[in-house]
Amino acid sequence: MAQERAASDGEARAPVDAWAMRRAMLAEFWFYFSQNRGAVIGLFVFVAIVMIAVFAPLLAPYSPILQNRGALLLPPFWQEGGSLAYPLGTDAVGRDMLSRLIYGARFSLFIGMFVVALSVTSGVLLGLAAGYFRGWLDVAIVRLMDVILAFPSLLLALVLVAIIGPGLINAMIAIALVYQPHFVRLTRGSVMAERGREYVTASRVAGAGRLRLMFLTILPNCLAPLIVQATLAFSSAILDAAALGFLGMGAQPPTPEWGTMLAEAREFILRAWWVVTFPGLAILVTVLAINLMGDGLRDALDPKMKRG
Amino acid sequence: MLRFLLSRFALLVPTFIGVSIVAFAFVRLLPGDPILLLAGERGMSAERYAQLQELYGFDKPIVVQYLIYLKDVLTGDLGTSIVTKRPVFDEFLVLFPATIELAVCAILLATVVGVTVGVIAAVRRGSWFDQGFMGVALVGYSMPIFWWGLLLIIFFSGMLQWTPVSGRISLLYYFPPVTGFMLIDSLLSGQEGAFRSALSHLILPTIVLGTIPLAVIARQTRSAMLEVLGEDYVRTARAKGLGPMRVVGLHALRNALIPVVTTIGLQVGVLLAGAILTETIFSWPGIGKWMVDSVSKRDYAVVQGGLLLIAGVIMLVNLLVDLLYGLVNPRIRH
Repeated sequence: MAQERAASDGEARAPVDAWAMRRAMLAEFWFYFSQNRGAVIGLFVFVAIVMIAVFAPLLAPYSPILQNRGALLLPPFWQEGGSLAYPLGTDAVGRDMLSRLIYGARFSLFIGMFVVALSVTSGVLLGLAAGYFRGWLDVAIVRLMDVILAFPSLLLALVLVAIIGPGLINAMIAIALVYQPHFVRLTRGSVMAERGREYVTASRVAGAGRLRLMFLTILPNCLAPLIVQATLAFSSAILDAAALGFLGMGAQPPTPEWGTMLAEAREFILRAWWVVTFPGLAILVTVLAINLMGDGLRDALDPKMKRG
Repeated sequence: MLRFLLSRFALLVPTFIGVSIVAFAFVRLLPGDPILLLAGERGMSAERYAQLQELYGFDKPIVVQYLIYLKDVLTGDLGTSIVTKRPVFDEFLVLFPATIELAVCAILLATVVGVTVGVIAAVRRGSWFDQGFMGVALVGYSMPIFWWGLLLIIFFSGMLQWTPVSGRISLLYYFPPVTGFMLIDSLLSGQEGAFRSALSHLILPTIVLGTIPLAVIARQTRSAMLEVLGEDYVRTARAKGLGPMRVVGLHALRNALIPVVTTIGLQVGVLLAGAILTETIFSWPGIGKWMVDSVSKRDYAVVQGGLLLIAGVIMLVNLLVDLLYGLVNPRIRH
């Protein structure tokens, strides 16, 4: 979608041929992306989840934190004792499951976007600097990233949250920090490969400044693997944030974050299956949809796959 | 080979120093005064405070403090748990075998099933087996394992009553630990039913912890096999009339396994991260649960020591994987 917007921006400023070229590139991208049936299904599910998140106040029948003492642990409507007033039942303090799940979509998508934005920005900047300047800066950055990678990601995030305090924002910062090395490594590797190419030399001879070389000449040619890695990070961030919520270190109750909902539901697992099943299913469906899209993106962006 | 080994080992030194700085900095970055944290809610006199400050070396410059810490670590002194008052390293040694037992079973399950499924899927590319199992693998890869564990408990422990909900062995059995591995110890104890009990406690956590590595290994094996099956030497082997089992098993699989070995090695970090969740769900007394409990009990000495030990384990395993990789793939030794 970002590319679509970029294409229409191009129409306003650049001559027609640039616009046509972009449209052709987009068409080619969509051709390879749509070859992968799973990716298209993933895209549709993802768009549906985005819609649910955006229109949550219109779709949810109740407030996600409204408690009803008269309706504790009601089962879903198709089970005995359930009613259509609470289609997916209620939790232990009488909150509507469906409304909480709908609002939960907002948190998960926000977590994914925040973590990806933060880790991509910092990772790309560090990777560009390391790959372009090399020398002691490169060594320092690579060593630092090695240290982060020496810890299991969830453990490091857990400990970071213990330092800065539990909560959704802190959990997201911790996860972003833990994911950053992957972007640094990818960017650094691509920059080192691209730096010696003729077009870069040509651009330098033509008088391009250092920043222009780094951000406008080299970086756009390193984007494909970064986009694929970003979709992976998006789905992993949702999983890890839910895991931290589950361990009591992420979003705090009564926030309707899916992992936090699971943590609250744990003691009822043998009595009320629905309070456990639905939040996990919501996480699984969201993460699966994004991973399906990621597979399609890789197929569409990886030139090696196109030959086959 | 020796030079390869030494150069790989030398690379670990700066990383280890970095890891030790992280662990050292951890306690100092915590909000509040570490010595008041030690005292708990009772507080302490100014005299006692100064005494403790000297004892822990907090009155010295930060660099000196770090060097003292590093010296302690290298001599095996990782501090004392604030809650249990036992040395952190001793606690680690007691709990670590439980995590190894679980992790080894999980990675065995993931490797055996994952490689088998991956090979069959590659050989029968596009068949229902390939599409079905690769779909399942993607679901497994996207699985929130803490939820997956709860589902398995609801189904197998709650509805079918086949497996126990938590722990390593039924309380009916008691025997002193010999190896620390419950499967081996229960056999050595000679008590009837002990091994069965240990095994039934191990099954669900193994499945939960093995799920994501299994999915990753299956996908990786399939794509590595597909690449190798298109190579000239496989065509040659087929052309000279070798049977399909021989071509796949001997010529293709051996080369396809090279990237798979790396993938399996990379799963160690994933396993230890997964152990944090799996052990919490199943009350498995390993280092994952130990870390979560210590964070929530604010036993920061344990968190500090545990961080360093776990990172050390991962670095050593990664080194072993590197060496193994050099062994199966002579090209990268140089």
